[in-house]
Amino acid sequence: MDQQVDVVVVGGGSTGCGVVRDLARRGLDAVLVEKGNLTHGTTGRMHGLLHSGGRYAVSDQKSARECIEENLVLRDIAAHCVEETGGLFVKRPEDSEEYFQEKLEGCKACDIPVEVIDGEEARRREPYLARDVEKAIALPDGAVDPFRLCVANAADAREHGARIETHAPVTDVLVEDGEVVGVEIEHETGPGKRVHREPGTTEQIRARHVVNATGAWAGNVGEMAGVDVEVRPSKGVMTVMNTRQVDTVINRCRPKGDADIIVPHETACILGTTDEEVDDPEDYPEEEWEVDLMIETLSELVPALKDARTLRSFWGVRPLYEPPGTGTEDPTDITRDYFLLDHGDRDDLPGMTTIVGGKLTTYRMMAESISDHVCDALGHDATCDTADAPLPGSEDPARMDELMDEFGLRSPVARRSGQRLGSRADGVLDQYDPNPVVCECEGVTRAEVQDAIGDAGSDLNAVRLRTRASMGNCQGGFCSHRIAAELAQEYPEPVVRDAEDELYQERWKGQRHALWGRQLSQAMLNHMLHATTMNRDGDPANLDREVDFGAFDAGAGSGTAGSDAGEGGDAGTAATDGGRAADDATTDGGI
Amino acid sequence: MAIDSDVLVVGGGLAAITSAIAAAREGADVRLVSHKASTLRQASGLIDALGYVPATEPAKPLREGPPTAGRELDRDEWPDPEGPLADPFEAIDRLPETHPYRVLGADALREGLALFDDLAGDAYRGGHTDSNALLPTFGGSVKPTARYPAAAEAGLASDDRPALIVGFRSLTEYDARAFAGRLEAAGVPFDVAGAEVEFAEAFRADTKVTRLAKALDHDEEIGGAPAREALAKAVGPHLHDVVDEAGGVDRVERVGFPAFLGDDRGDEVRAELADRLGADVFEIPMGPPSLPGLRLEDRLYDALDAEGVRFETGNPVVGIETESDGRIETVAVDRKGRETPYGADAFVLATGGLVGKGLDSDRESVREPIFDLHVEQPADRYEWFVDDAFGDQPYARFGVRIGEGARALDADGEPEYDNVFAAGGVVGGADAAREKSASGVSLATGIAAGRRAATEATQ
Repeated sequence: MDQQVDVVVVGGGSTGCGVVRDLARRGLDAVLVEKGNLTHGTTGRMHGLLHSGGRYAVSDQKSARECIEENLVLRDIAAHCVEETGGLFVKRPEDSEEYFQEKLEGCKACDIPVEVIDGEEARRREPYLARDVEKAIALPDGAVDPFRLCVANAADAREHGARIETHAPVTDVLVEDGEVVGVEIEHETGPGKRVHREPGTTEQIRARHVVNATGAWAGNVGEMAGVDVEVRPSKGVMTVMNTRQVDTVINRCRPKGDADIIVPHETACILGTTDEEVDDPEDYPEEEWEVDLMIETLSELVPALKDARTLRSFWGVRPLYEPPGTGTEDPTDITRDYFLLDHGDRDDLPGMTTIVGGKLTTYRMMAESISDHVCDALGHDATCDTADAPLPGSEDPARMDELMDEFGLRSPVARRSGQRLGSRADGVLDQYDPNPVVCECEGVTRAEVQDAIGDAGSDLNAVRLRTRASMGNCQGGFCSHRIAAELAQEYPEPVVRDAEDELYQERWKGQRHALWGRQLSQAMLNHMLHATTMNRDGDPANLDREVDFGAFDAGAGSGTAGSDAGEGGDAGTAATDGGRAADDATTDGGI
Repeated sequence: MAIDSDVLVVGGGLAAITSAIAAAREGADVRLVSHKASTLRQASGLIDALGYVPATEPAKPLREGPPTAGRELDRDEWPDPEGPLADPFEAIDRLPETHPYRVLGADALREGLALFDDLAGDAYRGGHTDSNALLPTFGGSVKPTARYPAAAEAGLASDDRPALIVGFRSLTEYDARAFAGRLEAAGVPFDVAGAEVEFAEAFRADTKVTRLAKALDHDEEIGGAPAREALAKAVGPHLHDVVDEAGGVDRVERVGFPAFLGDDRGDEVRAELADRLGADVFEIPMGPPSLPGLRLEDRLYDALDAEGVRFETGNPVVGIETESDGRIETVAVDRKGRETPYGADAFVLATGGLVGKGLDSDRESVREPIFDLHVEQPADRYEWFVDDAFGDQPYARFGVRIGEGARALDADGEPEYDNVFAAGGVVGGADAAREKSASGVSLATGIAAGRRAATEATQ
């Protein structure tokens, strides 16, 4: 059935989630459509840095000011998504002193609180820093969990009446009489939560305004509406280490370059990154040299990285944009600022606005500015309150500490659950008794997994993003089947099987880039567990050919072991005394 | 002073023990040195020989160059494997030429299994036939295997008696209902139901199976009743859960549990449960820590002792100490920081594969760290894998190549040393995981290496 709403927001990344939240809170009837999971595109594939603005303090002071402003807002409204790690810009002997001073002055000019510390003090704070690091600028960088942040925005939007549709790619932008009037989407599964093996349908959503918040994919949506949006997608690698070699964000203090940041994130550290323009945000090479570069170059700052275990690598594409005619050659020189493209003014096609560029730290500000624009276009008079209203889960951070005893969880598990769930922990954790740990590497319990399944359906990658289950050392080897088993209460077996396979393969994808040393051993162990012990690859349930069970050993007592091969109809001769033979098994050792 | 023996076996798993005993039975004086607890405790305890001939050619060409982004993994489609194989021996000729079974011949597997039967005695079944058995796995599948613990016997999938699979809400390894559904999808010839029951809830969440096994061994009091009785009581209400195709209710004749039914007194525990339930009882082999794997480990080490093999664990062999004329004379063993030479006339390397750390790797290469034996590998680590996790993974075949008599070969296919033999996971060429051949490869290479090493040493 077609639906008429005020606004359709296309794209479930940080920008889209922020916009739909803002619009819903302003009283507009809004729908978010996303072709994959929330965060499926660029947002879910970033290093998790909450910028202090320091990185832009020399080259782009407008962005730097916006960053520090929003950094403070997010600490306030999204406490459970942010870890206040602090950051350092460190200087090695070969790095320019002049640039160090420029960085320092730039930060001060942008009202970023800074402190200069010497090498010794820097190593006191971060003992794994290289011996020859001379000095550092300390500033309020942080780590942000983009998954939780987007989910919290979407949840708040829903609480304010918005509809969130994931796994619903836009197949057409509806244009009537020279005006955008909505979108057509395809539900890859039934509307609502994703469920494997559920057939899809098509739906037209008519709207008074369409917001194209698809980032690196904005050109594709623009094309459906017949307008050009010249996004310049640029890829970057991120390499995930198995532990936190540092607890502070470490930046290299030099003008610009690849492999210059280490972000502590949950139980891991993420090394970043490269910056290479690509043609297609969906299809670009993920290259060995990029991974090697992260390890080689960043071990100049933290030598322990050289021999440390990496779990996987992943790539993201930045949705860089510059106004037509700017003609910047090197993608690293393209501005990180965001642009709002009103297609009415720009292309004589009213009814649609595109937002491109920008960065996660300033997502809320971007959302506010585009929401102002949409409200203007619709003649809707309402003020923005997203900078002050806490996101679901962050209302009472102090509450998290009390959870440890309350739910009888071992303390690290409870602490982690509390951090992930924020103030929702109470309501989620008391649903399940017993509440065993499902993912041991990350300490994720059944209650959390079930909570995420309730939200995301049988899509275990969405469950993973919400809970971090399967994101630790084993990369799903010891838990993907356990997470899938949690679906069995609600979903039939074939759904469980497909969901498990999808998660396992997704986890494998990133491990391909970490396949040496201990992670290669882990990959082999996972392979042995899933193929040898569980026989998931040769499972007759997945093979086309039928198995002649009668051709196999039916027990010593059956007298027919293997003797009726070829007689398919005679399958399943019972070993009537097989079990009793087992009971009689001697205990004398026999050897 | 070097510590000397005729044959020195390096490693502590199934292949090492097999080769040590095989050598000892040839009259050699054998010593076994292993670094860590063996990977047997991670193994299911099933003795697979050959269950599938997996496809080595993809259905469509593999991608060239580095992996590409693409939100959905572009999996190369691999054809279904040949199998499950009822006969593990006749398919050997269809394995790749470099497979250890092809190199050593079907008889090595046959003799390895015979030796295993002798060592395992009554604790294992399946030796009465050349055919594979199909047994349920904790993933809810069935898999072909050559030998299985007596404790698993009542779970044979070719048995048509109705079965109940029991799961526990506090154990997260599988859900019994999905398990039963998956067995049905596999087309098993028996009616089956799954029931999630309360029992292990009496313990703290996250209790390990080893703890539950102990409670059943000692019949500890649980919620006012002895453990075995409490467990039977929990399962009792589900004995009529199985519904056949016609919609009729079948009383179950056998009940499957995760493999935690006792450790030292497993037979007694199963017998009592069977008696109380009026149905046969079987264990479903689980992942690590695996009780059937631990039980097998105990049994094999007892056998090693009984065969007069001297063994020591906890000290790694770190490398070659002396060699001359293409023969290794002594290796260095790190004994609490002091390197001690161990001499032998022949050496068997059975240190395991990538999991057991018999193979080591970094971003540049994969190597065998003790003798630095040749390990065939693509030069670029981005060719060590294919995109489908369950495809023909080159890394899964990594290892030392062997020739006749399990002698370790160099890059040109010539013996690397005259007196170094390799067995088990360190041997390359097999994709043991997809073939379901891990134990069989250990037994076949183990017996071949052990015997030839003994001959070499006692000549």
